[in-house]
Amino acid sequence: MRWLLLKDLQILRRSPLQAVLLVAYPILIALLIGFAISREPGKPKVAFLNEIPSGARIAGGNGELPAIGVNQRICSQVECVDVDSREEAEAKVRDGDVLAALILPSDLIDRLNSLSTLNPETPEVDVLVNEENPLKAQAVDDRITALLDQANLLIARQIAQEGGRYLNLIVDGGGFDVLGQQIEILGLRATAAILESLRPDVPPSMRPQLDRVIRFATLARDNLDVAAPLIDRLAQPIKVDKQSLSAPTPPLEIFAIAAAAALTLTFVTLLLVAGSLALEREENTFLRLTGGLVSRSALLAEKVGLGTIVGMAVTLLMLAGLQIFVSLEWGRFALWLAAILMSAVAFAATGAALGGAARDVRSVSLLAFMVSLPVALLSLVPSGAVGATLYDAIRILTALFPYKPALEAITGALDPAGPDIAPPLLHLALLFFAYLALARLSLRRLASV
Amino acid sequence: MEARGLVKRYGEREALKGVDFDAGPGELVAVIGPNGAGKTTLLSILAGTLKPDAGEVNSPDGEVGWVPQQAALYRRLTVEENLLLFARLERREDPHGTVEEMLELTGLAERRNDLVARLSGGNQQRINIAIGLLSRPAVLLLDEPSVGLDPRQRARLWAFIGTLAEGGASVVFSTHDIQEAERYGERLLVLADGESLFDGSPAGLLGAVRSETPEAAERDFETAFVAFLRHRGH
Repeated sequence: MRWLLLKDLQILRRSPLQAVLLVAYPILIALLIGFAISREPGKPKVAFLNEIPSGARIAGGNGELPAIGVNQRICSQVECVDVDSREEAEAKVRDGDVLAALILPSDLIDRLNSLSTLNPETPEVDVLVNEENPLKAQAVDDRITALLDQANLLIARQIAQEGGRYLNLIVDGGGFDVLGQQIEILGLRATAAILESLRPDVPPSMRPQLDRVIRFATLARDNLDVAAPLIDRLAQPIKVDKQSLSAPTPPLEIFAIAAAAALTLTFVTLLLVAGSLALEREENTFLRLTGGLVSRSALLAEKVGLGTIVGMAVTLLMLAGLQIFVSLEWGRFALWLAAILMSAVAFAATGAALGGAARDVRSVSLLAFMVSLPVALLSLVPSGAVGATLYDAIRILTALFPYKPALEAITGALDPAGPDIAPPLLHLALLFFAYLALARLSLRRLASV
Repeated sequence: MEARGLVKRYGEREALKGVDFDAGPGELVAVIGPNGAGKTTLLSILAGTLKPDAGEVNSPDGEVGWVPQQAALYRRLTVEENLLLFARLERREDPHGTVEEMLELTGLAERRNDLVARLSGGNQQRINIAIGLLSRPAVLLLDEPSVGLDPRQRARLWAFIGTLAEGGASVVFSTHDIQEAERYGERLLVLADGESLFDGSPAGLLGAVRSETPEAAERDFETAFVAFLRHRGH
């Protein structure tokens, strides 16, 4: 068997494209993932034109709300590209220099202020987008909606705060500035206290009326005390209290690394074993080998061994490359090895089953891609993202292929707080034996043709 | 080598219908017949790469060398690497010595480091046959060995096969080229639709053709052979 293994490695070495791909692939994946998880997500570029006159403020009662720093707040969410005119904003969007343009028209504050008058107008901001494809359109919509929701929330909070301040003034009294003149407001609390102090000096016949006024002032004070926090809550009536019912999820970078490692094993191991077995048929050597030189089981073991060795080496190389970007716990190396080894043998057995079913290397490569890529993508579909029946079908389909258990096993091995790796390892072992049995059937069929 | 009552079915189709066969030491036996006659099936069963549904095969002591119709070689390995791999798989005591011997025999010693993919079809076939000889077989089975070769390559191939038979090996080859079978085969086994129609010398086959189809006997051997098959209902 070792001579066959040596022969396959020689053939691999003689195929420069294959050899380069096997080395370049993990390095490329490691670099891509490394850069992706070690950098902040890029902010989208948005052209920003603020036509609001400087010093304009949103009115609050007889005064003005404090400045809310529109420019700074918006530009902390996106990368603002300042433009001087609407035409320039349109040109930047059209040329694809920016994702969208946000224009705050000069009458925005006036329209906002009109909301508290008898002739309210709808405040509007202008958004220019270039929806050249559905994905971009969705991304732009999501960003703009999020920005506007944040702006509306900010303004509502400011108004609620001002409303609360006025209510406090009515309840507790205090100073109030009107057209530059300070006016003293007595407040309900002080009113009730003054009336209480005057009560003994009021003739008994008038006391019932006075008691009614005192009761009103007291009730109004108490109820307005309750109203103040109510107004504050109006700005954000619903508060989110998120509780996760599932096991703790791994950090995103660990999940990304595990997904990449499982994908590497899928392509390297599966394609190598399937292609190598199909090559025996393409070169007409299968019957010569199994005609007495080696048993079909030995040939199968050699191919599975080849895929496992190369798949493990490439995956470990990729993880070593990722160490540049992310700190991995090398103390868990034994668990990594167990997860990668079981994943590799399961993928190798799957490759052997596919390799035995196809006539040549090209068709088996195509078949391997057609099977593995959709299953790998479907394995990442979360529950709730699709209908219950469809999700059940996806679960069954992905359970029949090693990608999902490999992803779970590698995630558990990489993450110290991750899930137990025993169940996915058992799952992988079952898949290994099942696909090995299928591969043996395929080879028996090949030998009888 | 001896085989009796060989039957092989592929689903409903019967590829061999109770065929008998034998070959003595140093004998050159040609298995001839039209496409689909069962030639490759017979040789595959004799080689042990295919199991018959009925019948039995008795092989002499020593290995049976099998040379399939299409070269069964690794095109991305060199001539020497191919020979060395199969010599090791044959568990030769001195695989390197065996390789040298085969390179000498095939006349390809100077091209030992060439990738098989860069060899001509004729040279690939010589390596293909050499691999069949690695086990020093008492019987060498060749399935259509001259297909795809030009006349010069074919002549060199038959000279090479002739030396093997002179060395005492039983050589059994299949072909659908009647002229080739007549020229190089000492004995002919005619198969058609899985049936054995004739087993004897080329002169004996010519005699049978003349007696059964006298009107075609005056024409060339191939035309007369086709008339003979038609007369036998094939």
